[in-house]
Amino acid sequence: MLRIVCPHCGPRAQVEFVFDRALDAILPLDASPAEAVSRLYERDNPRGWSWELWRHTAGCGAWLKLHRHSVTHEIDAVQTIGDLA
Amino acid sequence: MTSARLPAGGLINRTRTISFTFDGQRYEGHPGDSLASALLANGVGLVGRSFKYHRPRGVLAAGVEEPSALVGVGVGGRFEPNTRATDLFLYEGLIAQSQNRWPSLAFDVGAVLGLFSRFIPAGFYYKAFLGKPGLWKVYEHFIRHAAGLGKPPVAADPDSFDHRAAFCDVLVVGAGSAGLAAALAASATGARVILAEQDTRLGGGLLRDPAEIDGAPAADWIEGAKATLAARGVRVLTRTTAVGYWDHDLVTLSEKLTEPGQVPAPGEPAQRLWRVRAQRVVLATGAIERPLPFADNDRPGVMLAQAVRTYVARYGVTPGHRAVIAAGNDDAYRTAFALAEAGCEIAAVLDSRPPSDSPIVRAAAERFDVRFQAQAARAIGGAGGLTGVEARTEAGALTLTCDLLAVSGGFSPVAHLHMQAGGTLSWDEATGAFTPDQARQNQSTTGSASGLDDLAEILAEGWAAGGAAAHGLGKPLPKGGPPQAAEAFPGSSNSVAALAPPPGTDLKHTFVDFQNDVTLADVDLAWQEGYRSVEHLKRYTTLGMATDQGKTSNIIGLARLASHEGRPVPEVGLTTFRPPYTPVTLGALAGHATGFHSAPLRRPALYDLHAARDPIWQPVGYWMRPRAYPLAGENLHAASIREARAVRETVGWIDVSTLGKFEIAGPDAAALLERVCATTVGKLAVGRGRYTFMLREDGLVMDDGTVWRIGPDRYLLTSSTGGADRMAHHLAYVRQVLAPQLKVAIANVQEHWAGIAVAGPRAKALVAELTGLAEIPRHMSVARGVIAGTPVLILAASYSGERAFEIYAASQEIAPVWTAIDAAGQALGGHPYGIEALEFLRIEKGHVVVGGEIDGRSTPQDLGLHRMLNPARPFVGAPALQRPAFQSQAGRLQLIGLESEGSIPEGSMLVRHAPGEPEGHVTAASPRVLAQGSVALALLRDGRDRMGETLIAWSPTRGVSAKVRVVEPVFYDPEGARYRD
Repeated sequence: MLRIVCPHCGPRAQVEFVFDRALDAILPLDASPAEAVSRLYERDNPRGWSWELWRHTAGCGAWLKLHRHSVTHEIDAVQTIGDLA
Repeated sequence: MTSARLPAGGLINRTRTISFTFDGQRYEGHPGDSLASALLANGVGLVGRSFKYHRPRGVLAAGVEEPSALVGVGVGGRFEPNTRATDLFLYEGLIAQSQNRWPSLAFDVGAVLGLFSRFIPAGFYYKAFLGKPGLWKVYEHFIRHAAGLGKPPVAADPDSFDHRAAFCDVLVVGAGSAGLAAALAASATGARVILAEQDTRLGGGLLRDPAEIDGAPAADWIEGAKATLAARGVRVLTRTTAVGYWDHDLVTLSEKLTEPGQVPAPGEPAQRLWRVRAQRVVLATGAIERPLPFADNDRPGVMLAQAVRTYVARYGVTPGHRAVIAAGNDDAYRTAFALAEAGCEIAAVLDSRPPSDSPIVRAAAERFDVRFQAQAARAIGGAGGLTGVEARTEAGALTLTCDLLAVSGGFSPVAHLHMQAGGTLSWDEATGAFTPDQARQNQSTTGSASGLDDLAEILAEGWAAGGAAAHGLGKPLPKGGPPQAAEAFPGSSNSVAALAPPPGTDLKHTFVDFQNDVTLADVDLAWQEGYRSVEHLKRYTTLGMATDQGKTSNIIGLARLASHEGRPVPEVGLTTFRPPYTPVTLGALAGHATGFHSAPLRRPALYDLHAARDPIWQPVGYWMRPRAYPLAGENLHAASIREARAVRETVGWIDVSTLGKFEIAGPDAAALLERVCATTVGKLAVGRGRYTFMLREDGLVMDDGTVWRIGPDRYLLTSSTGGADRMAHHLAYVRQVLAPQLKVAIANVQEHWAGIAVAGPRAKALVAELTGLAEIPRHMSVARGVIAGTPVLILAASYSGERAFEIYAASQEIAPVWTAIDAAGQALGGHPYGIEALEFLRIEKGHVVVGGEIDGRSTPQDLGLHRMLNPARPFVGAPALQRPAFQSQAGRLQLIGLESEGSIPEGSMLVRHAPGEPEGHVTAASPRVLAQGSVALALLRDGRDRMGETLIAWSPTRGVSAKVRVVEPVFYDPEGARYRD
């Protein structure tokens, strides 16, 4: 089980969090149909570091940006989403 | 083999006797005995029959790696099969039985017939399935009876199991010499330390081999270490195995508070599962001795050399009276000395290596018959046990008489946890072993687990590892130095010769995996049949796939594969190390989450009032909702029809408290709703409401509900019960990720507001009577009032198709509202109704439901909802809805209605002729509430163009079918006249 340091709540166990998606799979509301297809269905599946969108659902409820290594499960950054959209 | 208790010695309490039974026979042992040592003390050498071939098996090892001495222990729900007799400590009244034998252990039909070695070669199961299809049925009957180990218990486990979380600076796994030194060093710095030991005693190998540490006998040093650790507040957990090393230094520990099959103390759990999040982990997990490959190496009486010393030194038992030692390392010579000291005759020491001048070998050669470049080729014996060994020496073959053959094929460091934590291994040719190399997490490995074999070095390295772990956390380096050791024969002892059997060995009876009955011939066969990858070898032969996970067998199998390949062992690779290290009771994983506690139960606020009516309950997600309220003599169907008719003819009321409810407030509340809802909601007037639905980002319908403008900048959004949590997540996503610029707040008020829907031709009169309101809100309007002294919010919405009102009050105040509605409603001739009647009503009205028609594959078009879509498309799902795949409607499953004179099987497929190709399916079916016949909602390919067609609703699994006619999916009051005044 991962240990995730929530910027609001501090270090917490993974069970409090929900993985939502890779960060580049966020679909803006004004996206084109082609962009929708690309972001929803033609996603990368990187081996290594990638940014992900998580939510501290059983904690503060905030959405978070998390930089995680898909092989080692290392997490070297957890950030509030800020001006993501 | 003629094992016996020695007159003195051992870490057992000889002043007390414990009685136990094995296969119904009563025996005695002492506190401190393992079942294996107690059986050996009683001269019992035959403990079980093997998995496939029913070969007699005895005790091979003295620890958790035991592959042969597996027993069933305990009775009833406490029965535990496949328990290692070497890892089971004696308690009063222990009941154990041997496994896989019939009719008795000594006389086993399976073995006598000798059927199975011909029947079950490597890859048998694959071949059986790939061969003639019918053949498996012939084998199955046989194999189900003949093969296998213990039988699982049938009764439920009566015991409770505990879970516990813990945190520490340094977790030390293993309390042998290295682990104790590490824990002493780490705790000396002030670090918070947990020390976990799978055995009942601290000490590890020190319990087996005599040594002096810091000038005192090892036993005294262990007691001193224990006292020091206790004084420093170190949590020392014995009988606690670290079974899994997970991500981010989370280690699970399985603590046995009782032995398998033992009744726990009143109110105490049988086991406890710890989840330890450690900053640093020191793995001092030791090493496991390997057997040697030779014919009939699985006979009772063949025992690992270190295990022999354990029985002698720890348990005061000699496993035999005349022993041969067969080994390829110096460590096994210690066994010769230990046995000789215990009064056992040493027939010979067979050393596979060339002559050596190491001190222990020289000392042994002076005292015993030591043969170099000599190997065991076959163990000889019969029903009475081992009688001798055939050896190959430089001088030729010879037969030695013995009742004990102590073997050592070198040592495999226990790298399981290191590997579970993502570490790497390196191959040490000198010791023939994989040792931990790179660590991925905050772990280090020390002691014999890191390949060390000299006690002084082990203590020094253990001390250093413990100190370094604490120092890495900013603690000072520990004062003082490591414990100092003195041994009779210090220095390296585990270098190993080749693991190959002597030439000409009978490979069909040379066992590698004792628990799964895998021989070298099986490994060879797999290689001949083209299995080159070690992972394939494992699956084809089942090598290492038993509950011992190949602790004693994997390296020998690997070495064989490597020699065929002509490649070094490390190039052949290893199979994956997976948790748990040793078997874990399923109850321990479940903890308290069993039975009633296996899932949360959500009770609506009106639960007690419903329960007073003794309804038929229906779980909806975690919620419990009344499905129907049967009157005396009514079944579910009769009650539901009566309840539904009350709604159609007079009035009915239902608890709708579980609906998802969100209050959305702020200057941009409408803007947020326009993004969430696919319908137009922005122009809603204050005090009005609308039906709405929401899309997923892929354009498919996610949920539906109603949206109400309850103030200028304040809205109430309802959604389905089952989708409420998903909707909360989705709303937060839209609010925080997609549209963070909006000035809006969302409150999930699902449980804050309880609700009662009142529906039927008399509903308006009922609401007027209870509220005294002069003006009753018209359909899709909002009003506020007071019922039974409780302030309520009244939403005039209809799900049933009748004039209806949803009446909401604060959850803690809803009971008097229900009671008032109930009394006044019954006076009007109405009834409360459950969700079965609600289902009848909504199907007749053609209202779709999430999880039924909204099945995660339907677009608004499919459901006929597209005319309601917001043309400005500011909402989630709008871009994907315009993708090319959705532009043509041809071939899509579309919502339609079905009519039939009889009943329509729910969930059935729609075909033109039965049997035939399915063209759709029935999502929900209902009897007509006021008329004869049935109606159903269905998804049918190109359904909207097929009105009037006749189809068959066919359920081959239930053997039912019905002729149905395709119609519009509204069966009752299509104009909506009934819910308008």
